[in-house]
Amino acid sequence: MSQYFKNIWSAISTISIGMKVTFKHLFVPAVTIQYPDVKLELPERERNRLYVNMDDCIGCDQCSRACPVNCIEIETVKSLPEEDLGKTSNGKKKALWVTKFDIDIAKCCFCQLCVFPCPTECIYMTDVYEFSEFKRDNLIYDYATLSPEERVQKKLNYEKFEAQKAAEKAAAAAAAAAAKAKAQESKPATPESKPENKEPNAEKKEGKVEAKEPKSEGKTLNQENKTDKAESKPADNESKTDNQEDKTD
Amino acid sequence: MIYDFFYNLTGSQILAYIIGSLLPLFAFILPFALVAVLLERKVSAHMQDRLGPMRVGYHGILQTVADILKLIQKEDIVASPNDKPLFNIAPVLVFAGSYTAFAAIPFTSAFIGSNIDLGIIFIIAITGLVVAGILMAGWASNNKYTLLGAMRSAAQIISYEIPTILVVLSLIMITGTASLNKLSEMQTGHFWHWMILGGPGLSLQKFILIPFMIIGFLIIYISTLAEVNRTPFDIPEAESELVSGYHTEYSGMKFAMFFLAEYANMFAVSAIVAALFLGGYQSPFGYLGNTFHLPWLIPIEQFFWFTFKGVFLVVVQMWLRWTLPRLRVDQLMAVCWKYLIPIAFVNLLIVGLITVL
Repeated sequence: MSQYFKNIWSAISTISIGMKVTFKHLFVPAVTIQYPDVKLELPERERNRLYVNMDDCIGCDQCSRACPVNCIEIETVKSLPEEDLGKTSNGKKKALWVTKFDIDIAKCCFCQLCVFPCPTECIYMTDVYEFSEFKRDNLIYDYATLSPEERVQKKLNYEKFEAQKAAEKAAAAAAAAAAKAKAQESKPATPESKPENKEPNAEKKEGKVEAKEPKSEGKTLNQENKTDKAESKPADNESKTDNQEDKTD
Repeated sequence: MIYDFFYNLTGSQILAYIIGSLLPLFAFILPFALVAVLLERKVSAHMQDRLGPMRVGYHGILQTVADILKLIQKEDIVASPNDKPLFNIAPVLVFAGSYTAFAAIPFTSAFIGSNIDLGIIFIIAITGLVVAGILMAGWASNNKYTLLGAMRSAAQIISYEIPTILVVLSLIMITGTASLNKLSEMQTGHFWHWMILGGPGLSLQKFILIPFMIIGFLIIYISTLAEVNRTPFDIPEAESELVSGYHTEYSGMKFAMFFLAEYANMFAVSAIVAALFLGGYQSPFGYLGNTFHLPWLIPIEQFFWFTFKGVFLVVVQMWLRWTLPRLRVDQLMAVCWKYLIPIAFVNLLIVGLITVL
């Protein structure tokens, strides 16, 4: 029987305690924020949407290679010798037209690994985290600043230039061959050496770019870079040296 | 009363009936439901250190208007295995049951839908219709959750009607009337004439009655809280167990009718408790209309006090809702049969003895 009244008493007292607590909380200022209007300040090193400052991008492709999920796609075209692409904000000369710089942000895993290799610090994480889209295609961000026509044109320009160069080379080679033929020398090995000369161009492009990168990567790479650099130095004045080499040959 | 007024105004019996019966709905219950839903959300939010709806209008005051507009536009879904006639009747019945109670509730001394002598008994009887509606809804939805919710609801409402009626009986023994209008009139004057403080007069009986009246007030408040299925007695709607109880399968306006019925019920119950124990429409301090000799002001003041008391009790219901967790089914029955009913019985006996002696 006493338990019965104890139960009643405990019910009444606990309910009144609970009501006191909730009544106090009625006047406690809200701990929530009005989210879309007010946003919490993000931590200093937050990792959200990537942004590429194309003014500083030299098209070195390092971010793309650092990406563990391959969400960055970069295509570049060499600029013509007479074109001046300007300099980046930290004084690096731009030598490549970036004809494609797509980041598939849907694939992006926000690891920030692309940010560190960038020699010009032009790719970085922003504090934007609301970028949902209805179509997945809209999540492929195109950062290249060139218009689609320009992109095609730059490629064509370079192809034309290459073709011209090849034609010049062929002409020079033909001339050299003719000269050699005239000189009646015993070694006809010259045609084989030309493809060798051409191929390193592609490698040199990459090698040169890698060499610009600061010490962040291992020694072995640096060594490679050095060797690449050594190779690639003449590549800056390719056309001239090529011609000269051809002539000297 | 209100019928006579409209009869004199329009000169047509039918019009007078129609206006008199629809007036509380459109002038009171719909606005009340709009305000109460918002109030509920705001009260709950602030009790949980949130802000609640903030986007429609200033601090979200138009949120419920927007909700109603949305509900009106919603598709009225009737699933193929539903028992269609019952499914369609149920919300109407539930709403009718809770709305009919307003016929006997005195809003002011000048406005009472039907001044019947058995007002309080009528209300208790007619709200039994709600149980039928809820059972219908639960059965016709052909869904295990709705059926469970409906069964629980029926068990709960029927159980908790007993303590309610016992307390009402003790009041009827003291006052000798079951008409809510007369009960309210009796408690005129100042707040010490209210039934919770022993009723009118200054006899010894009044002072002896005070503790038993307070116990009676608590019992009827708890049991009516259970009758309208509000937390902590919300096991028929228990969201975490039964989706949303007997109205799980309803959508659009039918759902809105259940919702409206719930809030109408909340107010009806609060109004009954207020009319029985807190003086009904009577002002606690006397009327401005009397002091300034403006007789037309008195009903307006009475309406204000009536709404104030009703809304205050509704707010306390909300306060309890956001304080207490839900009872288990056995606890629910234990509270009713082991605590409320015996106490109400003892209370009834003591009150009876006091009034006789």
